[in-house]
Amino acid sequence: MWVSRQKTRFHQVMNNSSEPAIVIDNLRVTRGTRLVLPGLSVSIPGGQLVGLIGPSGGGKSTLMRAIVGVQVIDSGTVEVLGQEAGSESLRQRVGYLTQAPSVYADLTVRDNVEYFAKVVGAPPGAVDQAITDVDLADHADALVGRLSGGQRSRASLACTLVGDPHVLVLDEPTVGLDPVLRRDLWTIFRRLAESGRTVIVSSHVMDEATRCDRLLLIRAGEILADSTLPELLARTGAADAEGAFLMLIDRAEAQGQGSAA
Amino acid sequence: MSARITLATASRILRQLRGDHRTIALMIVVPCVLIGLLAWVYKDSPVPIFDRIGAPLLGVFPAVVMFIVTSVATLRERTSGTLERLLTTPMGKGDFMLGYALSFGVMAVIQALVATTFAVWVCGLDIAGPLWLLVVVALLDALLGTALGLLASGFARTEFQAVQFMPAFILPQFLLCGLLASRDTLPTGLKEISDVLPLSYAVDAMKELTTNSDPLPNTWSALLIVAGWIVVSLALGSLTLRRRTP
Repeated sequence: MWVSRQKTRFHQVMNNSSEPAIVIDNLRVTRGTRLVLPGLSVSIPGGQLVGLIGPSGGGKSTLMRAIVGVQVIDSGTVEVLGQEAGSESLRQRVGYLTQAPSVYADLTVRDNVEYFAKVVGAPPGAVDQAITDVDLADHADALVGRLSGGQRSRASLACTLVGDPHVLVLDEPTVGLDPVLRRDLWTIFRRLAESGRTVIVSSHVMDEATRCDRLLLIRAGEILADSTLPELLARTGAADAEGAFLMLIDRAEAQGQGSAA
Repeated sequence: MSARITLATASRILRQLRGDHRTIALMIVVPCVLIGLLAWVYKDSPVPIFDRIGAPLLGVFPAVVMFIVTSVATLRERTSGTLERLLTTPMGKGDFMLGYALSFGVMAVIQALVATTFAVWVCGLDIAGPLWLLVVVALLDALLGTALGLLASGFARTEFQAVQFMPAFILPQFLLCGLLASRDTLPTGLKEISDVLPLSYAVDAMKELTTNSDPLPNTWSALLIVAGWIVVSLALGSLTLRRRTP
């Protein structure tokens, strides 16, 4: 039953993958007194692994919160799979991983994943699969509160994966993890994208850009680049992702000063 | 709302509690200790004061304990990000509220049974009405504490605030509930306020079953008001849950 369900979902997703999974138009968000996103527009294609890259405080998390529909927005529209972000029909199909691990510290890894599985109505077999995917099978019965920081954030990730959502919005899932684990998680993200899921991963580690189909460089609430890595390297003439980003950021800052003066 | 999600939430909360033995012990033992202290205070009193105020306080103590535990527990969901995460899933706001009400309701049943048993058989509380009604009213009062705690936690941003909502929400009700001064003797204005507050009716019901061997005809309306407050608090509390935050 699990297999057939997976297959149907797979076909549904594949049929939609030519259309953009997320369309954001003129999104403006103020948090407190700070204007975080002054008017952001972007279209994210379905079935791709998209990296949201940029300096901290640039609006990555706010953009992700808007996509999952938990952010109060001033104006603009955010559409996910053709529906308004956060609408009821999307809640089954969009999975969100918050930056700080949001799991119950006084429950075991398995209890946490089982709970979120029940909430989204995932089949029972999905629980073990999600725990294995994040490499926590050996710690499945340990209390989350006793785990290390990296293990805790992987437990949190398992709670997102277990629902097998069509769109995954993952806020810095690999931060603070060792290189082996990071590679393993990126392998999972790649596999999900190849099976038709849209995976959006934020990071401020530039070398992770090489693993993405598409890159969104966001700084001060504005998209500085929306392209593939080869295109980006060709455009800037830089040797690697980090060089390209620094060049674009410097250029944007120089322009900002120019227009101010 | 869905029964599956509500029940999953209730069992998850009970699982969390099960791992925290000290909290369970405090929830069960504290009302008993307070009742025991009260009985001891009036042990040598020439008039049976404990019999008169024992039952009403058997309603008040569990309400206070449940209020604090619930408001802190739900605040923890807000600050840890789990509530925000849950609200991005198919979970309804009512699922969340009822999940808490159900799981703490289970604790309230245990608490009411233990506290009543302790009051009657250990402290020698002597009431005119039936014991089962004493348990039912104690249970309703504990549920009232839970529901008010859920509502209050919606207005707390920090644990410090949440804990201080206990004196803010519960103690004024205690002052006006008719235990310190009979509600009929309250000055105009205060009397009307006490007529609205749920704890007044919880104590009215307890007083009735203390002195009346057939208290049900005179208590059911008070019990309905307490039950109504529980429902209204849960509904208002679910309105304080916001899917979108600034």
